[in-house]
Amino acid sequence: MELDLQPLWLTFKLATITTICLLVIGLPIAAMLAQSRSRLKPVAEAFISLPLVLPPSVLGFYLLVALSPANAFGGLLQSWFNIRLIFTFPGLVIGSVIYSLPFMVHPIQGGLQALPESLQEASWTLGRSKTDTFFKVMLPNIRPALLTGIVLSFAHTLGEFGLVLMIGGSIPGVTKVASIAIYNEAEALNFHAAHIYSGVLLAVSFCILLLVYIINKRLVKNSLAL
Amino acid sequence: MISISIRKKLNMAGGPADLVVDAELPLQNITALYGPSGSGKTSLLKIIAGLTQPDEGFIQVNNEVWLDTKNKINLPPQKRNIGFVFQDYALFPNMTVEGNLRYACSKNVDEELVKHLLVVTGLTAFANHKPATLSGGQKQRVALARALVRKPSLLLLDEPLSALDNETRLQLQQELLQFQKEYKFSALLVSHDIAEIYQLAKSVISIDGGKVLKVGRPAEVFGFATNAGQINLIGQIVSIDNEMMEVLADQRLYQLKYVEGLSVGDKVCLAFADVKKIG
Repeated sequence: MELDLQPLWLTFKLATITTICLLVIGLPIAAMLAQSRSRLKPVAEAFISLPLVLPPSVLGFYLLVALSPANAFGGLLQSWFNIRLIFTFPGLVIGSVIYSLPFMVHPIQGGLQALPESLQEASWTLGRSKTDTFFKVMLPNIRPALLTGIVLSFAHTLGEFGLVLMIGGSIPGVTKVASIAIYNEAEALNFHAAHIYSGVLLAVSFCILLLVYIINKRLVKNSLAL
Repeated sequence: MISISIRKKLNMAGGPADLVVDAELPLQNITALYGPSGSGKTSLLKIIAGLTQPDEGFIQVNNEVWLDTKNKINLPPQKRNIGFVFQDYALFPNMTVEGNLRYACSKNVDEELVKHLLVVTGLTAFANHKPATLSGGQKQRVALARALVRKPSLLLLDEPLSALDNETRLQLQQELLQFQKEYKFSALLVSHDIAEIYQLAKSVISIDGGKVLKVGRPAEVFGFATNAGQINLIGQIVSIDNEMMEVLADQRLYQLKYVEGLSVGDKVCLAFADVKKIG
């Protein structure tokens, strides 16, 4: 029996693109939260952490409603930019980015807050701009946290199910990722295919996490002592 | 001349209080800032560096105004030509010793100066080492060299030697003096070690609770012991045993004859006047 590899390929494509987007979006958010002394900070933190506790179907439902062309925002996208996000791959990316945001932001924010304040102050007194300081002093010294954020976001996106089903459906080659393929195959009593998809996800997830723990152990040993 | 006149509300050791400092620092000299913990010394340094904003104030260094709240002038730390040596050294762990120095040079690296500073601090052999592999004294030398590589108009030193052992501290005091002679920088040094201040500083600003108590030469500020011709050691009785008692004074134990009426825990004053040559 021919096994369809497309769901696996789609899963890794989604996880990779989501992780890259999250890195771009998550870094500034984490940096802002780490620096902020605003009274509104807890509100922002709570919002970002919502996906940790909310059932993915809830998040998926609200995204479905918001992005649907029948409603204001989705309609606007449709009529002005001719963009439709529901049941499309870009829609999945947007959903995944929101869903995995805390997994990128939390480790990086924690890493930045753990650095002594004097590091960035020293860099400023040496005439270096805040941007220089962030990329040349702060980021290189939170490598373990950065790696954790990247890998957790990637791994978490691999395991997405409810959200993807809500806003993506199960369109082969477009939105049918491995986790949904497993559900479909199991429902059709096609255990052979479900086994293979599951086995691949299990092995990949375990290897990624193992790698992170090994690398982190070495990084922490080498770099964090001041 | 360096003029400083600032005011800022702070939470200090004794509760909220105003840090009020009006002082003039001489150029090309080391001025010490002396006071107990939580008296606002580090805050003052950070305000001068532009890392903390005062409620109001005026700071002028070499005819350049760094801060003037009345005229809305407030240079960011990057624009103030300072060197800041932190108590925890604040070396960048991801860069080598030489990398730390080069980072401080921005675009135009003065190769000669970098090389020279590595030589005088005895760090040439460690140029490619990461800070984590250095001893405390070496880290402090890197921090000092990194601050000096920018040729700052004002060097701010926040208890730079307090974390070092006695021997290293004395050695670094000498090196700091040498540096000062060579580069003629003006410096403000936070210290609560009177001996260190005598060694290094030409003038002292003594502050407590955010207020300036005294300004002057070290001898003027700290004064001489009042009982002329006699040295007094203040200590505490730690044990009494038969005819003898042990007194802890200046981190040393002295065994002395018991004096009637004293008990363990009493504060005592040991007075003596004999001075003999021993070497």
